[in-house]
Amino acid sequence: MNRREFLFAAAAAATAPLFSYSGRLFAAPASTPRFLLVFLRGGYDCNNLLVPCGSDFYYESRPTIAIARPDAANPNSAIALDSQWGLNPVLRDSLYPLWQRKQLAFVPFAGTDDMSRSHFETQDNIESGEPTGQRTDYRSGFLARLSGSLANVPSIAFTDALPLSFQGGGKDIPNISLRGVAKPAFDERQSGILAEMYKGTSLAAAAADGLELRQKVSKDLQDEMMKANRGATTAKNFAAETQRIATMMRDQYRVGFVDVGGWDTHVNQGGASGALANNLTNLGQGLAAYADALGDEWNNTVVVVVSEFGRTFRENGNKGTDHGHGTVYWVLGGRVRGGRIAGEQVAVNAQNLLQNRDYPVLNNYRDMLGGLFARTWGLSPSQLQSVFPGAKPRDLQLV
Amino acid sequence: MRRTTPTRRPAPPRILATLLLAATVCAIGAPPAMARGRDALSADDVAWLRRDGFGLDSASVARYRELGRDRYLDEQLDDRSGDGLPPDIAQLIHGYEVVSTPPDQLIASYQAEQERIKDMPDGDAKVEARKALQQHGNDLLQEAQQAALLRAVYGSNQLKEQMVWFWLNHFSIYGAKGRVRWVAARYADESIRPHALGKFKDLVMATLRSPAMLEYLDNAQNAKGHVNENYARELMELHTLGVGSGYTQQDVQQLALILTGVGIAPPADKQRVNPKMASLYVRDGLFEFNPMRHDFGDKVLLGQPIKGSGFDEVEQAVDLITRQPACAKFVATKLARYFVADEPSPALVDKMARTFQRTDGDIAKVLRTMLESKELTANTGKKFKDPMQFVVSSVRLAYDGRPVVNARPLLNWLNQLGEPIYGRLTPDGWPLDASGWASSGQMAKRFEIARAIGTGNNRLFVPEGSNGVAPGFPMLTTRLYYDAIDPHLSAATRDALAKAASQQEWNTFLLSSPDFNYR
Repeated sequence: MNRREFLFAAAAAATAPLFSYSGRLFAAPASTPRFLLVFLRGGYDCNNLLVPCGSDFYYESRPTIAIARPDAANPNSAIALDSQWGLNPVLRDSLYPLWQRKQLAFVPFAGTDDMSRSHFETQDNIESGEPTGQRTDYRSGFLARLSGSLANVPSIAFTDALPLSFQGGGKDIPNISLRGVAKPAFDERQSGILAEMYKGTSLAAAAADGLELRQKVSKDLQDEMMKANRGATTAKNFAAETQRIATMMRDQYRVGFVDVGGWDTHVNQGGASGALANNLTNLGQGLAAYADALGDEWNNTVVVVVSEFGRTFRENGNKGTDHGHGTVYWVLGGRVRGGRIAGEQVAVNAQNLLQNRDYPVLNNYRDMLGGLFARTWGLSPSQLQSVFPGAKPRDLQLV
Repeated sequence: MRRTTPTRRPAPPRILATLLLAATVCAIGAPPAMARGRDALSADDVAWLRRDGFGLDSASVARYRELGRDRYLDEQLDDRSGDGLPPDIAQLIHGYEVVSTPPDQLIASYQAEQERIKDMPDGDAKVEARKALQQHGNDLLQEAQQAALLRAVYGSNQLKEQMVWFWLNHFSIYGAKGRVRWVAARYADESIRPHALGKFKDLVMATLRSPAMLEYLDNAQNAKGHVNENYARELMELHTLGVGSGYTQQDVQQLALILTGVGIAPPADKQRVNPKMASLYVRDGLFEFNPMRHDFGDKVLLGQPIKGSGFDEVEQAVDLITRQPACAKFVATKLARYFVADEPSPALVDKMARTFQRTDGDIAKVLRTMLESKELTANTGKKFKDPMQFVVSSVRLAYDGRPVVNARPLLNWLNQLGEPIYGRLTPDGWPLDASGWASSGQMAKRFEIARAIGTGNNRLFVPEGSNGVAPGFPMLTTRLYYDAIDPHLSAATRDALAKAASQQEWNTFLLSSPDFNYR
């Protein structure tokens, strides 16, 4: 399927007749688009991921944690992406191949107009998808509204608890953590009795769906492991988890959410090695494993990696960075128009910093994701307004 | 006190159902041990007790009957019952290395071991030594988590036990970061517990002076010329005022400057202070204020000038912050959200905030306002238990004061439900409302843990490391059950219980039921 067919299939899926889905398990048509949102909680330091290696100011600002300019002789130097930007070398084996295949794009100067620089406020703000300062519903997330406005896009969160992104959409969205999946504890009779007790309460759907999903997933994963068990998986935890996520996204779900914590690097964050590099390594391996595990369906898949904000451009006195504003989003997928730095940009220098501190936001996440969703699912303007109220969707031609 | 024998054979379910029926129908002249009659607590009493503490057990119900609600509340708020624990549990807790060893000794040995490892030649021995040190830290953290759970289950002042958990969550620390593992137990016992029912300002100061908080939010690194604003921000946003309450980025930066030099003391032999500054140096256990690291410039916080003078600035700042009306509102809202309703009524919050302001942040008085309000029980049965409340109340009901010998399963259950103590990576603490804990995946997990407790398939009564056999399932159909729970069960739960094929299953259904999981 080429891109045009992909987009056509997407539009067709979006206008298919609506039928009720409340966490029931069934296979969605194979060729409808899949979307996975990866939320890096803690405000990752985008400047040591997408390195502005054309900027002298970057090297002045980060005497101990900067990633060296591209240099063929130095394996710890940035990988040149173009004349201005480089990639942290820890992603050489995992994500750089996707960039070379033009399946990975970066959008710098991305984020929200929330200026609180609070993790929690900004994460909630992004997950809600409502205009900053005008939130009317504190328990409603944009992925829930997306899922609610589309037919036939079963959704799931791969988390212990249901994230705000998926709350309040009017239909029950299941969640399951795939970090460890044991055998189901209840037989059908017991499950029935347990579910019956919650009938008529607000947790009726959650109780019934939870019992059913756990039953199904542990069976599927056991089958899967039997099939693929030619030896232990070598990837790190997150990669093992993303392989399982891929199995479920390939077969049953179309919109997914997963989060990864541990990005709040105030102290000793390191450069091409150290705490941040380790996190990026795991993340890169996880995303590459996800792409691999989807096989051909990678061509129907878009993954977006976001974080609540970037960090201070200059390193602090503890060889770390503090809370900043604009950040870099990643867009990956088989049909993504990748191998490029997308969206509006400015030169990386002291004059262009916001409040002499961090990246400005030139690409608002609501406009950018709105544009992406419009292309992916062929959403109408009114559907887009329900997902991102008051946004002005901008098509960055990411797919 | 009558105690059930877990090894007892189950009553056949049909007989149980008959008993249940008998208890319901024959309120007068029913068999004395099982009947509910004059002894049954009113719905309002049960509702009040289920909010006041982590959950019912025979001892708390007996004390409540003896004193009546007013005196029971007085006793709790004056903390006259202290931290009473069954002797076996006290002994178990005091057997933990993390509890029995003074924290400065723990930290000193940790730092000495780190130095020793640093000087070792590279190789397997060094790798092993580093691993062993990590493992030691992990063990200490687990002990600290177990101690906290045991106190929650067995502490005789259940209101205070809930407050200790509440403040641990409000002033959240993440155990796995840096040296936090080595001092987490003391954080609970020395920074939080003594102030849990005291003045809010003292609580803020105690957490501010704790090595756990200073390590977790990086203020141990905050020094003149190397400012780290992490703690300053969270102190205003999460601990006192709440985001959007009017402070600015400027205020955060000013407070960060005020907090420069507040940190963790180095080993005694490493300490060097310029004699000219010696009088400004403060040291108290592992806490230090080092004037050499402090920015002595004048500051302006929340519009108020604060003259550069040393540690005194910190006390002025905390005083200023905790007297803001926003602080009273923020703390009152969180308390009401935890105890009363996910969306507490503004009238109740206002009432509590007014008490907070009138009494200069007296926590016991704010709690009294809440616990004497009609709102506390007005929406009985609508507050979904968070995992901590679920695990603790299940064990309190199922084992009713019987001392466990192994707290590891308690910890595992809490971990599996996603709410470990000292396990929240971010400083905002765990959610206090249902939407954080009632998703489909979590419901399934909760039923599984109800099953582990209800069937007795757990290791609570098997010493750690032993391969002994668990003694069997608990008996939940005690007098406590007939007096306080059975009379108020819904029809749906009764139906489910009647379908149970064994006592174990009956237990599992009761602990899984909406009646038990909402309070």
